[in-house]
Amino acid sequence: MESIGVLMACPMNPYLEQELDKRFTLHRFWKVPEKSTFLTTHCNSIRAVVGNASSGADAQMIEALPKLEIVASFSVGLDKIDLAKCKEKGIRVTNTPDVLTEDVADLAIGLMLAVLRKLCESDRYVRSGKWKKGSYMLTTKFTGKRVGIIGLGRIGMAIAKRAEAFSCPISYHSRTEKTETKYKYYPSVVELAANCDILVVACSLTEETRHIVNRKVIDALGAKGVLINIGRGPHVDEPELVSALVERRIGGAGLDVFEHEPEVPEELFGLDNVVLLPHVGSGTVETRKAMADLVLGNLEAHFMNKPLLTPVV
Amino acid sequence: MESQPSQERNEQPTKEVPHVLVMKPPPLLTLFEDKFISTKFQLLKAWESTLPLHQFLTTHAGSVRAVLCSGASPITPHIIQLLPSLQLVVTASAGINHIDLNECRRLGIAVTNAAGVFSDDAADAAVGLLIDVLRKISSADRFVRHGLWPATGDYPLGSKLGDKRVGIVGLGSIGSAVAKRLEAFGCTVLYNSRKPKPWAPYPFYSNVHELAVDSDALIVCCGLTAETRHMINRQVMVALGKQGIIVNVARGAIIDEKEMVECLVHGEIGGAGLDVFENEPSVPKQLLELDNVVLSPHRAVFTPEGFMAACDLVVANLEAFFEDEPLLSPLIDE
Repeated sequence: MESIGVLMACPMNPYLEQELDKRFTLHRFWKVPEKSTFLTTHCNSIRAVVGNASSGADAQMIEALPKLEIVASFSVGLDKIDLAKCKEKGIRVTNTPDVLTEDVADLAIGLMLAVLRKLCESDRYVRSGKWKKGSYMLTTKFTGKRVGIIGLGRIGMAIAKRAEAFSCPISYHSRTEKTETKYKYYPSVVELAANCDILVVACSLTEETRHIVNRKVIDALGAKGVLINIGRGPHVDEPELVSALVERRIGGAGLDVFEHEPEVPEELFGLDNVVLLPHVGSGTVETRKAMADLVLGNLEAHFMNKPLLTPVV
Repeated sequence: MESQPSQERNEQPTKEVPHVLVMKPPPLLTLFEDKFISTKFQLLKAWESTLPLHQFLTTHAGSVRAVLCSGASPITPHIIQLLPSLQLVVTASAGINHIDLNECRRLGIAVTNAAGVFSDDAADAAVGLLIDVLRKISSADRFVRHGLWPATGDYPLGSKLGDKRVGIVGLGSIGSAVAKRLEAFGCTVLYNSRKPKPWAPYPFYSNVHELAVDSDALIVCCGLTAETRHMINRQVMVALGKQGIIVNVARGAIIDEKEMVECLVHGEIGGAGLDVFENEPSVPKQLLELDNVVLSPHRAVFTPEGFMAACDLVVANLEAFFEDEPLLSPLIDE
């Protein structure tokens, strides 16, 4: 398979890169000085694109690669891939579901604890040398807080399972009600926000869910409410969230994703009620290896005419 | 108006409301003083007097039957000696290492603590610290706040929680609350306790060293006693291993802090999440420079909800005592 051209959209994982290099003719798109010339030169040899949460295959890229057969994403989210175009051209698409579910759910709970119990702020406080005996700063209890989940898919369910161990009552909003679960369903995100203490974004990013957390939702969540985003930055109207946090109209936020990564609104840097992470939802050694193996497995299966492991299209 | 017969008038002699001695105010009292107002007792605030404590006690505390204490005002044999009428020690904490239990037992002095009400918060903090260390939450938050993400690119990878074998040191109310939470993440829970707990579905280890050999992380949830002081020593930490994580929400002195710092600095253990230290508020300087530790200023149980529940329990115990009713949370010898 060494003559098969694979285009890697951006750096994402050294092990994956190494393996792709071994098995295929790997083109590292981020190292190419003149991207349009490159595409014209190599358009007939590139049969696969490997993308991730930051960079995938948009319509322009797909049009530029007439021999493209498969887009394998090193992520579960597909918002950077023009799925309609792929369908139209018979291009297969794979992602990495299930293997990262637990890590993302763990991080969601970790963010809830870090925000409510002010773990990062406590750590800063001790490191600053300011700790004196008799400094009784109170934090907020996590056990028993009402958790509202936007999107009750694999990740949403995993978050619910963990939060239940902390006696958190669970409610959710989804496109359709999941009658097989016992959790309380709300037909709108605003109602969900009004009836929970911690609102978590765990749905996929599509045209419909862009800015699903908007001013109305933020207002409904309220001055004691906390927002956790482990979905995609564009799920949240970021300028609205920033002003709500700065003006203390919302209680706090734990954010792993932002609208224009790696840019993070600097107004957040001075706040003690936010925790800011550089998109590390699936960022463990174990999970990234599993994701890489899934990408490799899907590509191998495709080029050997075997059934794909985790096809989306 | 007719004059009332004398026996129906309120002419009972005013009974002196009994005193509860407080030598130094526990955080609970400082933050929620109005919750300690009761018709059944009044507080005798030693710290408000200009007299040195010894003198205050001999002058004013001779008939005191109950004392409200905390870590800052330990109940030593010397103090007990100065309180000849003492029958009850109430502490506003879960920990009881600041009370001489042997002396209390010898003299028939009852002791109550606030164990149950703090368990959820302590467990939440312990799990929060474990996730923080494994997934580098505080460290990555620092990275973002310093504007390093655009320049440096991807943050180093953390380690998955669900695969981990977590050894709980002390399976009391806090330890079992931690265990219940960790199970939901897919962790394998193991434990060490003075005796095996018949209700616990987790493998029991009779000593901490063996527990450490088989664990990826240790969560310290036991009380501080003569037996547990420096129980987590160098041997235990080396057994835990280079990827091993220690979380302590119990008492600093259960861990040999000097050895722990050495192990962390030399990479003999993988990281630590610490809410307590041997000499609070002093924290070993070397820890302040490490990226793989998360530090907290002894506030694992500092939530308004937990504190208010503790206030209610302290007041309820005191009122029960003065009404000759059973105490709500007396310490039972195990």
